[in-house]
Amino acid sequence: MTPDTASDNLPREPPRRIDRAGLAIAAALVVLAAVLVWDASKLPATTMYGMGPEAMPIVIAVGLVILAAGNLIDALRGRLPPRESMDPKPVWLIIGGLALLIGIIGFGGGFILATSALFVTTSAAFGRRAVAADTVIALAITTLIYLAFDKLLTLSLPAGPLERLL
Amino acid sequence: METFAALAHGMAVAMQPMNLLYALIGVFLGTAVGVLPGIGPALTVALLLPVTYKLDPGGSLIMFAGIYYGGMYGGSTTAILINTPGESASMATALEGNKMAKAGRGGPALATSAIGSFVAGTIATIGLAFLAPWLVDFAVRFGPEDYFALMCVAFVTVSATFGDSPVRGLTSLFIGLTLGLVGIDKLTGQARLAFGIPELLDGVEVTTLAVGLFAVGEALYVASRRHHAEEKLEPVRGSLWMTREDWRRSWKPWLRGTLFGFPIGALPAGGAEIPTFLSYSTERRLTKYPKEFGKGAIEGVAGPEAANNASAAGTLVPLLTLGLPTSATAAMMLAGFQQYGLNPGPLLFAERPDLVWGLIASLFIANGMLLVLNLPLVGLWVRLLAIPQAWLYAGILVFATMGTIAAKPSVVELSMLAAFGVMGFLMRRFDFPIAPVVIGLILGPIAESQLRRALAISLGDPMVLLQSPMSATLLGIALIALLAPFVLRGLGRFKANED
Repeated sequence: MTPDTASDNLPREPPRRIDRAGLAIAAALVVLAAVLVWDASKLPATTMYGMGPEAMPIVIAVGLVILAAGNLIDALRGRLPPRESMDPKPVWLIIGGLALLIGIIGFGGGFILATSALFVTTSAAFGRRAVAADTVIALAITTLIYLAFDKLLTLSLPAGPLERLL
Repeated sequence: METFAALAHGMAVAMQPMNLLYALIGVFLGTAVGVLPGIGPALTVALLLPVTYKLDPGGSLIMFAGIYYGGMYGGSTTAILINTPGESASMATALEGNKMAKAGRGGPALATSAIGSFVAGTIATIGLAFLAPWLVDFAVRFGPEDYFALMCVAFVTVSATFGDSPVRGLTSLFIGLTLGLVGIDKLTGQARLAFGIPELLDGVEVTTLAVGLFAVGEALYVASRRHHAEEKLEPVRGSLWMTREDWRRSWKPWLRGTLFGFPIGALPAGGAEIPTFLSYSTERRLTKYPKEFGKGAIEGVAGPEAANNASAAGTLVPLLTLGLPTSATAAMMLAGFQQYGLNPGPLLFAERPDLVWGLIASLFIANGMLLVLNLPLVGLWVRLLAIPQAWLYAGILVFATMGTIAAKPSVVELSMLAAFGVMGFLMRRFDFPIAPVVIGLILGPIAESQLRRALAISLGDPMVLLQSPMSATLLGIALIALLAPFVLRGLGRFKANED
């Protein structure tokens, strides 16, 4: 840790701007601590000796508030590590793929359709443009996985219209 | 000699044909998954957990041992051939190994890392076999307060050692501890942080968290910065075999790496980064060929790779004898035990010696299989590396979600997986270490129940934590380890101002 902090604290370096993401992280930690305290306050105190179930959440909440302060100080001093530029589009594509997967499983579409949807969106997120070809590949791979795991290893994977054909 | 008898018994268990087959499958799958870029041993174990669901505990743990060691071997292949180490412990290997591959000496680099891993793994597993019974005798006398104190040490060292900022490390740990609270409290049966959702009553699954943070998070992170640079695969050119000169230059670094790796891994100090980098800098200092360092010196591959494997075996010491995981991979191994309701620790040695010693014996077997499998089959693993990135990550995500779908096919569980994925992405982006979250989730509830047990026995008197000399010492160590980085940072600033 020492070499890093030493380079962090070079006196010549001009003071960096306040890091907004750092502020958001600190705020999120405070919110998490508040949720912990609120949840613990609803637990009835029943223990006779020692700690009840409500004690640990409070301890952790206190820790989170202290760490929020630590993160806040880092953010105000601009001490967060440098970040590279990012491309938000592929991230949203993959998150969309996960949402599709959850939706298809939720509505009983089955394993093959759900994971194929995720496969195609992910490969599109990594720059593939051949959606039709990828769909065929995805269906083939996920069908193989389904057969291997459901039939050979007897794991129960959710069945939809496609699985019933097999 | 008690150890020899136990080990011989374990060998008899591990040599059963079915168990040999499980070990072989584990080694094969572990290498195949571990070789994929961006997948470290922890994720390898997490992804392959569902494969072992239907096996009996003995066979499953033996397969696990194979997956664990296989993942380590696979990771070093990736580090050497494309400069993307799947985990920070392979970073030192990548430094020299990738340079060697670029210079057309990829074959010897892979060979020295495989043979070094074998040597280190074997020595360290012998160390494990002899150290474990001794530690178990010691650990039997531990009271709940001692266990609690020991876990405090692990919490602090794990979150202060991983990553470079103690504040961010501890933040990760506390997020893990918070997740560990979710579900029904084991001592009173009350639901905490369940928000009326029935799926949350069972708590957060370790595999869901690990796969979300590691696999989904990594895929999102790599996708978000794909426009920066594509990684380049170095073809393996020339001879695979090490020359006499290579052997002469490798054997001492192997042994020195083992000496760094095993003790540091066995201490609850977490992580293989420290021993690998110690080994790297030592080899750099001792080498007769200082000019080659930075351009592909074989010592710089042999030493860190041995240190990495030795420390992997070392982390099994606290895991098996105390139930204390000190790395993300060890946490996943613990999850593997827990899926059968087994709790590693002194009791498991007494109750299921066949299981524990079978596991230790199969580590030797897995190690031998890996050596035989890896050198001739390196061409096959290299071909896996050539899978286009788009299909690779798409496949990883399909496999990652499959594990969750197979374990709990519910919308809530899958949403948690996705949410942990986004969390893993943000943590990577803002440089928060990930291992402490997993350790916090898995150790938090154990630490809490030990503390509450200790306080219940003492009728609520917190002084019980300081009355046991063991617990008082360990808590002291934890406090020092917690404060040291901040004090050192203060000193560093003081010096910087002075200059």
